[in-house]
Amino acid sequence: MQRRNFLHACTAATAALALPCRAFAASARPHVVVVGGGFGGATAAKYLRMWSEGGVDVTLIEREQAFVSCPISNLVIAGLQRMEQITFGYDLLQSQWGVRLMSDEATAIDPDRRVVRTARNGEIAYDDLVVAPGVEILSAGIDGLAGHEDRIPHAWKAGAQTATLRRQLEAMPDGGVFAMSIPRMPYRCPPGPYERACMVAHYLRTHKPRSKVLVLDANADIVAKKALFQQAFARYGDMIEYRPNSTLLAVDAATLEAEFEFERVRADVLNVIPPMRAGRIATLGSLPLINDAWVDVDWLTLGAKGLPGVHVIGDAIFPAPGMPKSGHMANQHAKVVAAAILNALAGLPPNPTPVVMNTCYSFVDDRAAMHVVSVHQYDADKGQLLAVEGAGGLSAAPSDAEGRAALQWAHHIWADTLG
Amino acid sequence: MRTALLASVLALACTPGVACAQDAPQPQDPHLARNLAATCANCHGTGGRSVYEPLVGQPRVKLLQTLDDFRTGEHEATIMHQIVRGYSDAQLELIADWFSGQQKN
Repeated sequence: MQRRNFLHACTAATAALALPCRAFAASARPHVVVVGGGFGGATAAKYLRMWSEGGVDVTLIEREQAFVSCPISNLVIAGLQRMEQITFGYDLLQSQWGVRLMSDEATAIDPDRRVVRTARNGEIAYDDLVVAPGVEILSAGIDGLAGHEDRIPHAWKAGAQTATLRRQLEAMPDGGVFAMSIPRMPYRCPPGPYERACMVAHYLRTHKPRSKVLVLDANADIVAKKALFQQAFARYGDMIEYRPNSTLLAVDAATLEAEFEFERVRADVLNVIPPMRAGRIATLGSLPLINDAWVDVDWLTLGAKGLPGVHVIGDAIFPAPGMPKSGHMANQHAKVVAAAILNALAGLPPNPTPVVMNTCYSFVDDRAAMHVVSVHQYDADKGQLLAVEGAGGLSAAPSDAEGRAALQWAHHIWADTLG
Repeated sequence: MRTALLASVLALACTPGVACAQDAPQPQDPHLARNLAATCANCHGTGGRSVYEPLVGQPRVKLLQTLDDFRTGEHEATIMHQIVRGYSDAQLELIADWFSGQQKN
């Protein structure tokens, strides 16, 4: 109620003056706006409130009503978990941590005036801005795909398309072909497509054993946990067929035919994961980009290069060498950015030695999973967060114990991010 | 806890060219231990308050011994034997200090 009244008063006053809303700033308490409530943005909002002990006002702008987790979503596709089990509200961020949730879409950033434009709430002023927009899926780059995502889902943002892909698999006849197209690196969650291939194969082997899983990879080879996934694929015999160097050019939504550089494939379920880049708000012109796709950041503060007060975290940034685009990593970025913003507000320099780490489990069937982990320390000479040599590593083999650890990991990171 | 907030509010008064406490050289970030400990939270809960593997309020000596056992292989691990090698001894000590110094509730 208080939030609604506040916003209402703010809009009325600023409409009359044609000024951006500065009410937060006028209260002399710093105001941080966070755009995007995924693993990165939600964690940043929570930690800013927690570490400032309520001394900083935080507004989280999120267009979706609920958080749907990409990790574990491949288990939903395989019919082993339900959508409800990976779907969470933002209520604890509000009730427990005092984050102001604004259900809206950020449409532009004006770094000079320090305001974010929104679709429904006008301009929101900030002292510091955290942009955590995830990725934009570039369907338009593949002929015939745009507008047909219901028929040819990517399911690479967990949500409605996850459920769509599950339904399509359930409706697929025994003896059918599930074909998946993997984009060239970099993309969100490098091991994710290979995990999906295993989980779909697990479902088909159990329920439709004459079916086929075609993995058409634009990369020259499996890009994550290679040896482990090769072994995992082999466990499914000839059900999974892996084809590298397969760049997708066009699809036909009517016939479910897919045209690759060197071949044509017809599928019963066609799962196209298109190329991607930083979420749309990041590529509209106000932020510095590398390769016209990912945001260039300073690693000590996760500040967008050359833009004081603007920070970018998660999948949207041009990663340091060996740093994956993952929910776990976005959550870790969020803690670095929260610390940097609070230091700056206190007149302190940023922590000169930030550390982030990544943990990634992949399931290979209904019970067993395997991991890759890494720790990244700041290298002052290179100005990068670099993976520590001799640390991190992979599982020796998938195991049921790691399957249990993977589910435990998911529950922990959901709680650390949202509650 | 409130003191920390007060300190940060006072620090806001520091402006360029005006001497204040923050002008003194900073050997390390005052929140370094907190920041390092936060890298553990994804798996051990915010503030180390996990139900399964809580770190909050554990004795410092016990935490450091467990970490060392992961490093040497004395204590079997799923992933911790690989993670512990990514942190320096000084960082692990700061992390152990921080968790042992936190109240369980």
